[in-house]
Amino acid sequence: MKVLMKGNEAVAEAALRAGCRHFFGYPITPQTEVAAYMAKQMPKLGGTYLQAESEISAINMVYGAAAAGVRAMTSSSSPGISLKQEGISYMVGADLPALIVNVQRSSPGLGGIQPSQGDYFQATKAPGHGDSHLFVMAPASVQEMADFVETCFETAEKYRVPAMLLADGMLGQMMEPIELKETEPKMIEKPWALTGTKCERKHNVINSLYIEPDVLEKILIERYARYAEIEKNEQRAELYKMEDAEFAIVGFGASARVSKSAVDKAREKGIKVGLIRCITLWPFPKKFIEGTVGKVKHYLTVEMNMGQMVEDVKLVVNGKAPVSFFGRSGGIIPSPAEILAEIEKIAKGVN
Amino acid sequence: METVFDRPHALTDKVFHYCPGCSHGIVHRLVAEVLDELGIEGKTIGIAPVGCAVYAYEYFNCDMIEAAHGRAPAVATGLKRSNPDNVIFTYQGDGDLAAIGTAETVHAATRGENITVIFINNAIYGMTGGQMAPTSLPGQVTQTTPYGRDVKTAGYPVRVCEMLSTLDGVALAERVAVDSVPDIRKAKKAIKKAFEYQIEGLGYSIVEVVSTCSTNWGLSPVDAIKWLKENMLPYYPLGVYKDVKGGKE
Repeated sequence: MKVLMKGNEAVAEAALRAGCRHFFGYPITPQTEVAAYMAKQMPKLGGTYLQAESEISAINMVYGAAAAGVRAMTSSSSPGISLKQEGISYMVGADLPALIVNVQRSSPGLGGIQPSQGDYFQATKAPGHGDSHLFVMAPASVQEMADFVETCFETAEKYRVPAMLLADGMLGQMMEPIELKETEPKMIEKPWALTGTKCERKHNVINSLYIEPDVLEKILIERYARYAEIEKNEQRAELYKMEDAEFAIVGFGASARVSKSAVDKAREKGIKVGLIRCITLWPFPKKFIEGTVGKVKHYLTVEMNMGQMVEDVKLVVNGKAPVSFFGRSGGIIPSPAEILAEIEKIAKGVN
Repeated sequence: METVFDRPHALTDKVFHYCPGCSHGIVHRLVAEVLDELGIEGKTIGIAPVGCAVYAYEYFNCDMIEAAHGRAPAVATGLKRSNPDNVIFTYQGDGDLAAIGTAETVHAATRGENITVIFINNAIYGMTGGQMAPTSLPGQVTQTTPYGRDVKTAGYPVRVCEMLSTLDGVALAERVAVDSVPDIRKAKKAIKKAFEYQIEGLGYSIVEVVSTCSTNWGLSPVDAIKWLKENMLPYYPLGVYKDVKGGKE
C-alpha cells in the first residue's frame, strides 16, 4: 500500500522501521520534520527522542548511543552539519556506526534555506578532521529517502563506519506516494559495544587516541583496508538511457532528477544522451562511469552548487573525453529547459 | 598471610602516569573502591575526558569510552538512554567541564540526566602545560595569565557546584577535597552517594574534588597542599550544595 509522505517524514519512518530507537537532534530548517516525526513516534515505541542543546551535543549523544551498540541517528542541515563535524570525526576515529542525515541548504555561513548540493565536498572528502570517510548515499526521490536509511545502517554496521544520507531541502520538503518496507531489519552482533563487562570479559574501550605514531598508523591502515572493501563492494549508480549514449549527464540527488527530464526532452529531439546518476557519493561510483569511457563523447556534470562532483568525474574520465559543468546555486533548482540548452550546445559543438 | 590492603578490583594493573603530588591517583582509587563496594563494576561504563585523565580508560576495569573535550555529558546521555541499567560516570577536569563543555554540563544537569559526574577542579589546564582554567583564582599566575589572572580582562572563576545547585534536575552537588585523610574519607562518602543516587534514579549527581597540580602550580607536593588550603578552599568552600535526600534543595 502506498502512503503519501514528505521526504523528511519518510526518513524518520524508515529509520523507525530499521529498528532505530535513538534519535538526537537540534532544530534547523529544512530538516525539522525528521525531529518532529521522531518526537511524536518514539515515545509510543519506547524509544528515545531527545532535543539536545546543540548540534555538537546531539552528535555526541549519537556517539554514546552508537558505542552502546544501538542503532542511533541524528539529522540536520548544512550549518548544523558543520557543528557536528567534530563528533563525526570522533566517530570515524572510534569506528562507530550510526546515521547522520543532511538535508542540505545553500551556501556558506547561514547562507539560505533553499535546496542545495553545496556540501558534496564536506560529505565525501572531509567529513571531519584527519583521514576520514563516511558511507554517503544520495537519494533522488521520497521513496529513496526511505529506502536508503536501512542500507545506510546496514553498511555502517558491516564496515564500522558512520553513514550519511545526503539529501537536500527539495527532497526533504516534497511529498510523494511511497511504499514502506515491512521486512525485519538485519541486526548484527556488536561484541565491541559498551554494555558492561558483567565482570566476565576484559573491558571494552571505545577510543580514538593513540599517542604512539606506529600504533596509530597501523589503525589507519586497517581502517583504509575497510574503506577499500567499501569501494570494491558498495558502489551504486543508476544508468539511464546510457546503452547508446553519445553524451552523458552525471549528477546526483535532486539535480539528477531534473536532469532525467532533460534527457527525455533531448531524446525527443534525437540527441543520444543518457544519465549517470550517482547513488553512492562515497564510495564514488567510479566503475559505472569507467564503463562508459570510450563510448561517451562528452560528459556534462549537473549540480546544485558551484561545481564540486565535477572534479571526481574528471578524475575518473581522466582526460579521455571533455567534462563540463552546469550548475545553479544559492538555492536555485535548475530547470529541465536550462539543462536541455546545455546538452544542445554540447551536441552541436561535437557534431 | 592476611591481605589488609590491595588494589581495588575496578582498577587495572596499569601504572598511573600522573605526576607526584597530583590528586588524580587518589580520586581514581576512591571511584574504584566505590565501584567495588557497590558491586557495580560489571555494569558501569566510564567516560574519560580530554586532559590529564584522558588515560582513565586504561586504568578502570569497567567498560570505558573516550569523549571529545567537554562532550562527556552528551556521550553519557547517549549511553544512559541506550541502556538505562548501566551505571554511567564521567570523569572531567575544570577546562573540560566548566569551559568547553559548559553547555553539555548545564543541560545534562537541568535534564536531570541520571549520571554521576566526578569533577576535578585544580584551577589549571594540566595536560597542555599550565594555562588559565575557568576555575583559576583571581591573581593566579599561569602560562596564559603571566601577570596573574586579572578579573577585569579574564573574568571571574566559575563556582560549579553553586551554579549547578540552582538547577532542578540536580540530585547531588557536593564539593570535597583530598588534601588530608579526613577529607579523603569525606570525598569517598560523597562519591559513593553520587553513585547510589544514580542507582536510585534520582538524577544528575556531581562531586567536585578540589585538587592539586603541583607540576603546573610550580610547587612541591607538600607546598601544593598548603596552597590549596590557603587559596583554593576559601574561594571554593567544601560542603553539600544540593542533596535531594539530605534536605538540601
